[in-house]
Amino acid sequence: MKARVFQKLIGKYMSEMGAEVYYQKFHPEGNQFHPLHFFSGPDSYTLLDNVSCASYGVNVAGIIRAPRGDGKESIVLVTPYDFINGGDYEALSLGITGTLFSLLARVTWLSKDIIWLVADSRYGDYRPVAAWLTEYHSPSFKDSDLLKCGELNTADKFRRAGTMAAALVLKVDGRSERFEDTLSIYAEASNGQMPNLDLINVVNYLAVHRQGFYVKVEKVVSLLSSSWLKIIGEIFEAVGKLAHTLNPDWNFGIPTADYLEGSATLASSLYSQALGIPTGPHGAFRDYQVDAITLKVSPRFPPDSKTRQHDFFLRGAKLLEGTIRSVNNLLEKFHQSFFLYLLTSPSKFISVGVYMIAFALLVASLPMVAASLYIDGCKALNNSTLNPAGNFKSWKWLDAAKQVFALHLFGLIVTLLPYFICQVPGQHSPSNRSIMWGTTSSSLLLITFATIPGCSPFSSRRHGTNWAVLKSVTISAAFIGLCLMSIINFATAEIGALLLVPTCLIVQPIKPALRSRRIKSLLGAFCSMVLLTIGFPVMLFAISKGLFGEGLVGLSLGGEFWTWLESLWAWKSATYLYIGMVHLPCWLLCLCILFHPS
Amino acid sequence: MASLVRSWIPLLILQSFLVAVAFGSKEAEQFSEALLLKPLPDRKVLAHFHFENRAPPSNSHGRHHHLFPKAISQLVQKFRVKEMELSFTQGRWNHEHWGGFDPLSSMNAKPVGVELWAVFDVPQSQVDTSWKNLTHALSGLFCASINFLESSTSYAAPTWGFGTNSDKLRYGSLPREAVCTENLTPWLKLLPCRDKDGISALMNRPSVYRGFYHSQRLHLSTVESGQEGLGSGIVLEQTLTVVLQPETTSVETNMQPSWSLSSLFGRKVVGSCVLAKSSNVYLQLEGRLGHESKNVDTEIEAHKLWKNADFDLSLKPDRVLRESSGLLFIFDIDKSSDSEPFDLGLNWKLPSKWSCQQAPLQASRFLMGSGNERGAIAILLKATESQEKLPGRELTDGRCTIKANIFQIFPWYIKVYYHTLQIFVDQQQKTDSEVLKKINVSPSTDKVSSGMLEMMLELPCEVKSAAISIEYDKGFLHIDEYPPDANQGFDIPSALISFPSHHASLDFQEELSKSPLLSSFKEKSLVRSYTEVLLVPLTTPDFSMPYNVITITCTIFALYFGSLLNVLRRRIGEEERFLKSQGKKTGGVKQLLLRLTAKIRGRPIEAPSSESPAAESSFLSTKLIFKIILIAGAAAAWQYFSTDK
Repeated sequence: MKARVFQKLIGKYMSEMGAEVYYQKFHPEGNQFHPLHFFSGPDSYTLLDNVSCASYGVNVAGIIRAPRGDGKESIVLVTPYDFINGGDYEALSLGITGTLFSLLARVTWLSKDIIWLVADSRYGDYRPVAAWLTEYHSPSFKDSDLLKCGELNTADKFRRAGTMAAALVLKVDGRSERFEDTLSIYAEASNGQMPNLDLINVVNYLAVHRQGFYVKVEKVVSLLSSSWLKIIGEIFEAVGKLAHTLNPDWNFGIPTADYLEGSATLASSLYSQALGIPTGPHGAFRDYQVDAITLKVSPRFPPDSKTRQHDFFLRGAKLLEGTIRSVNNLLEKFHQSFFLYLLTSPSKFISVGVYMIAFALLVASLPMVAASLYIDGCKALNNSTLNPAGNFKSWKWLDAAKQVFALHLFGLIVTLLPYFICQVPGQHSPSNRSIMWGTTSSSLLLITFATIPGCSPFSSRRHGTNWAVLKSVTISAAFIGLCLMSIINFATAEIGALLLVPTCLIVQPIKPALRSRRIKSLLGAFCSMVLLTIGFPVMLFAISKGLFGEGLVGLSLGGEFWTWLESLWAWKSATYLYIGMVHLPCWLLCLCILFHPS
Repeated sequence: MASLVRSWIPLLILQSFLVAVAFGSKEAEQFSEALLLKPLPDRKVLAHFHFENRAPPSNSHGRHHHLFPKAISQLVQKFRVKEMELSFTQGRWNHEHWGGFDPLSSMNAKPVGVELWAVFDVPQSQVDTSWKNLTHALSGLFCASINFLESSTSYAAPTWGFGTNSDKLRYGSLPREAVCTENLTPWLKLLPCRDKDGISALMNRPSVYRGFYHSQRLHLSTVESGQEGLGSGIVLEQTLTVVLQPETTSVETNMQPSWSLSSLFGRKVVGSCVLAKSSNVYLQLEGRLGHESKNVDTEIEAHKLWKNADFDLSLKPDRVLRESSGLLFIFDIDKSSDSEPFDLGLNWKLPSKWSCQQAPLQASRFLMGSGNERGAIAILLKATESQEKLPGRELTDGRCTIKANIFQIFPWYIKVYYHTLQIFVDQQQKTDSEVLKKINVSPSTDKVSSGMLEMMLELPCEVKSAAISIEYDKGFLHIDEYPPDANQGFDIPSALISFPSHHASLDFQEELSKSPLLSSFKEKSLVRSYTEVLLVPLTTPDFSMPYNVITITCTIFALYFGSLLNVLRRRIGEEERFLKSQGKKTGGVKQLLLRLTAKIRGRPIEAPSSESPAAESSFLSTKLIFKIILIAGAAAAWQYFSTDK
């Protein structure tokens, strides 16, 4: 009841300012767990058969028409608000946008329409915005039961305002820990897509130089206190200073603190892009090629201090007004700057031309090693076997390729398994599901080893595939997988390459190493053991949890892992596919090589 | 529009012809000016300037006109234009608040940018040439890029969807054309008094362009005399419609703002244009048909009409007309002078609310889908509140139906799949045969012609909403076909929704005066509304790519020729000998170190100045010239032999 009153109040406020107001009902259940929806665009409107009126959200939206504009383009302002238990901070964000909206209703310089969406954040921040965007871009003209629910009449027209030029999501939360008001910028959308850098630059410039906000982007806090990074930073600082004394034009040295901040931000940026899950409601806009960012403002005063509110309103609204004005005055949409970049601070970035080099250098070793191993392997085969089928020299790799293919097929099946596990009737806890998944996968693996000859690392056949050829094919497969992934989501490929490339390169059969008892080969065996342990996806998950300061969770790890993967799947993150279809098979193949009976 | 002009003009022309015969041809050309003011429900004021200029049929070619603009008559004669309309518009017409079912809105609510249509009186094969020439002529006349309509990808030939049935009709629109004073000035030059005198003197540029909507229109039609040996007469109608926001001082939000001509335009009318036959100002008040409609004859009742408890006018109207939904006050501005300027004011005393009559269905159009590959266009028709009250319903097979025509041009890069046409009526999908009465499709050809869709829908009267969606693929343009601001997106021109069975007209209860504005309002005009212009983002190449290619090519060329010249020119042996002679002074290792540190520090070497022998340099240069000649000779020989084959 309270929610309805609030919604009507906001709608009344908007229409008094001269805006066109409408209410939109939506269903809280959004992301369905569905297989193979990874690279498809945003869902076309799927009609739910049994719509219950028990729970539905209502978005309130108002449109200001530009007085002399042609109505081809629009700018969207979003404020998530929980109509039932919205706190003081959420009310502050409504206040800022409201003041701005009343200003925009009176100005004459608008050339694009302004849409203000008050998203019903009872069902999360993302879902209401996504539902509104779906209705905006791909409405269903068919009858919907949802319209009949409730007393709020939403059957009146859903209004639109042309192609969206940009979108800003404003949130106010928590008190700033610093002396200034803090502004955090979130930009990562699904699958590591970023808005145009110019949008971030505009907001950053206006916030820092005009309104005096302290602007930050997210960083990995635990890295800030890590001693090894500090040592590297100090070395860099010293080298920079030395270079500066040699030639005053060389100014590449940066202070250790900056280096630490930059690395922590870069790590966080890389991680959020690699995860492929949007960091806020702005992610929904990216699905429609609209540049959008979330601005999270933390005031330096408690929300109930009336005296400071005025100043905060003024500065927040001025920042938004400046940004909207910048977008409004543009004839073309943002295209001049970068779309592929990693942030190291709100005002610094690494562009694609620079970060590709690191990846290319990392990956370039793979084909070379594969070629040399293949030649070695062929020689070894020729020496060891004197079979008459020597004519088929060039088909030596076929056995190995069979094994690699079988394991990749296994990876594909394991990737698809969660969908079927979800279909199992009855309620299961995430840990139960992960156990189900684990057992089915391992039994499948055993079946694979049993049915396909030469696959198993434990088979005692002396003349199985040569390990060098197997390793060569494995490396080629990893190379292809990584290169493909770098096109889809670079950050995932980068992190994946950091793990997979050393493992693939260093792994060698452990038996001869133990037999030889040479320090070098023992060290190699030890390293490959360590890398393989780290490389196991569950282990990796546990380590990354630890790195982000959430600690190891012991027994419930399986459940956590399951929920994490489920979220990846639900958000259509390509990282899930990468883990299942590239990382896992390659890891298994490395395991095969490690225990190869040669 | 055309039909109404055609139907009543012959009478008037005949009359004026008779007058011309009686008094000589000088009086035959007529010019009249009028201004209609109308308060709108959303606290704005509409001002509609209307100028009409008539040239009677004449038998002498190239004759001199007294009032009629020569440029227009030459245009008509040269390109044999039968009927033409050109409009320049800025801003959007708000169908909800400003009305959609009166003659004013159906004639003057135009799409954003430039719209041009013309009917020619030439053989079918010459229509396109005439159109192309006409666009160029108009482009020069009105300082606008109308010549972009010349290209066959930007215009279409509607058959019946546009409302005028003619196979010699061409229609085109430019949604991106910016409208400003440079377009208004040539338009004003066509008026006999320009903007110096009469009603047009009100057109103060800043106040006209400050408005929420601005549409200047030029409509001309030729009238056949019907007599042997006589040419045709021309009727030129020029209108300017602006929607202005009066400045208010009152804080009360539901109170209508009071205004006067001087507060709206910043100018006053001092006398009429002396060349005008009639010059009137009208004030239309909607929704106040009233309580006192019994007898208007008495002086007190008439007085009550313009000075009452709700509002009062600053001037006494010369006449008051009643029409079906409101009042029309008529003022004659002939009486005004410099000492006593005409400054009509409307002062509201009580808050009042009314609503405009709306078209039976309100149309909106939007794009669907995401991505740069494909999408869909949807047109949504919603029933308005006034739908049930409107006349013009038809009974076909015992069912009450509303007819709606949709006319839409698709640029060729929007590759529409016509088979994907889906029609939903009241959230139910209908088959084409159920609701489509007529459809005419002409598909687009890549880079040659634009596509066109005309369809007639027959909807049941109790329809609440209807939706039409059609899918398309986005095309790829060649790099030199992109406009300068390609990253903004590409426009799809407005669709035209018209209701062939609905006609808007003002129905005056009294007999009509001779005013051209009122008689044009009384004529029945087709109810039509334009939808929004759409912006489709297409894939755009990186336009800096050619620059990058040029840069890298030049670098490669420079490297190649640089090294080639080096090889040809440098004499390694000589240099070594020279170095050796130098090396006697400083040690080789020391020299190397010196160079290295200099390089690191970024400073040039403080080399000991050694005078180079001049004789040697001249010797070098002669040798160099000889070598260059040798290369050139070789190149010429190569060229000669290679082309010989």
